[in-house]
Amino acid sequence: MCATCGCSDEAGTRVIDPEAGGHGHGHDHVHPETKRTVLLEQDILAANDLLAENNRGWLAERAIHAVNLMSSPGSGKTTLLERTIRELGREFPMTVIEGDQETVFDADRIRATGCRVIQVNTGAGCHLDADMLAKALRTLDPPNRSTVFIENVGNLVCPALFDLGEGTRTVIMSVTEGADKPGKYPHMFRTADVVLLNKIDLLPYVDFDVDMFLTALTQVNPRSRVLQMSATGGEGMDDWYGWLRERVGLGPTV
Amino acid sequence: MHELSITQAAVETIIERMGATPIRRVTLEIGVLSGVVVDSVRFCFEVIVAGTPLRDAVLDVVETPGRAACRDCTLEFVVEDPRILLCPGCGDADVRVLAGRELRIKSVEVENVCARPAVARTRPEPG
Repeated sequence: MCATCGCSDEAGTRVIDPEAGGHGHGHDHVHPETKRTVLLEQDILAANDLLAENNRGWLAERAIHAVNLMSSPGSGKTTLLERTIRELGREFPMTVIEGDQETVFDADRIRATGCRVIQVNTGAGCHLDADMLAKALRTLDPPNRSTVFIENVGNLVCPALFDLGEGTRTVIMSVTEGADKPGKYPHMFRTADVVLLNKIDLLPYVDFDVDMFLTALTQVNPRSRVLQMSATGGEGMDDWYGWLRERVGLGPTV
Repeated sequence: MHELSITQAAVETIIERMGATPIRRVTLEIGVLSGVVVDSVRFCFEVIVAGTPLRDAVLDVVETPGRAACRDCTLEFVVEDPRILLCPGCGDADVRVLAGRELRIKSVEVENVCARPAVARTRPEPG
């Protein structure tokens, strides 16, 4: 606070150009204090969000649909992609960006299906960001009118906060993880356009209450679609394909 | 820990805006619904500012409360528990968050380089 006249920095109505060196709050005296406040008023994630919008524009120009796949480690993201590529790859072109802290294991699995794939290793990073996606997209160079699946780092917390510029946010959860997860990880489930409940072929063997899960999900995100499936057994995959066709404008769900 | 990249982004933005000016204080606004743990930000801040113009800066965090509006009954309410966003009026979960997701750099405090000797006259800024 200014000791001379009592004007306060907390009033929040001062705009100061640090280059200009002026007081900028219109009173005629010298402050005895040696500090001054510079209002910056800037979103912390502004840089990421700007890059995400650039990615969105880049994808839109090419009519590419980008799907951000997020989940815990081991929920079946890569298995889901392997099956999707095998069964839907002929129908529309797709490519994959794999995000992991280390190794190219997942990229190797995708490459084995014949699909073009780029691996992003984040090192200590626990999520992909818009800058990583921008670089990966340029390297991948996906064809126009195709689908890019972005397999995010296995983590139900951090990827929730980072817009990559994707067209669709997909959260995968397997029945081995527990029905209470939407309530425990609300930020992640709140951002989902669609939630895939995977490994339903294991329901007879695990203590998982599907209704409790659906109720918990509705409490954090009543607007997301839920598709129940097994990426290994194949149940429910047709609903997923129908949903993907809808998203890329290839007709309604069968 | 996404707080690391978020804090890093904040520090980089401040350096971008303020250059080499030594920063004495940083005020961040972090909403209770932002999904960011303030203690983690504090921890990361200490690590990241080493060797930068922010190295002696004190970190202030203003935690902004959550506000939401029910899409069903249109009631506006303060979000008491950030983990559950339910309308206290009708119990509906279909709510729109109005405030509490903020992740903003509010201001920084710097050494006042514009202090003039007391005998010097200062004029109001033009305009």
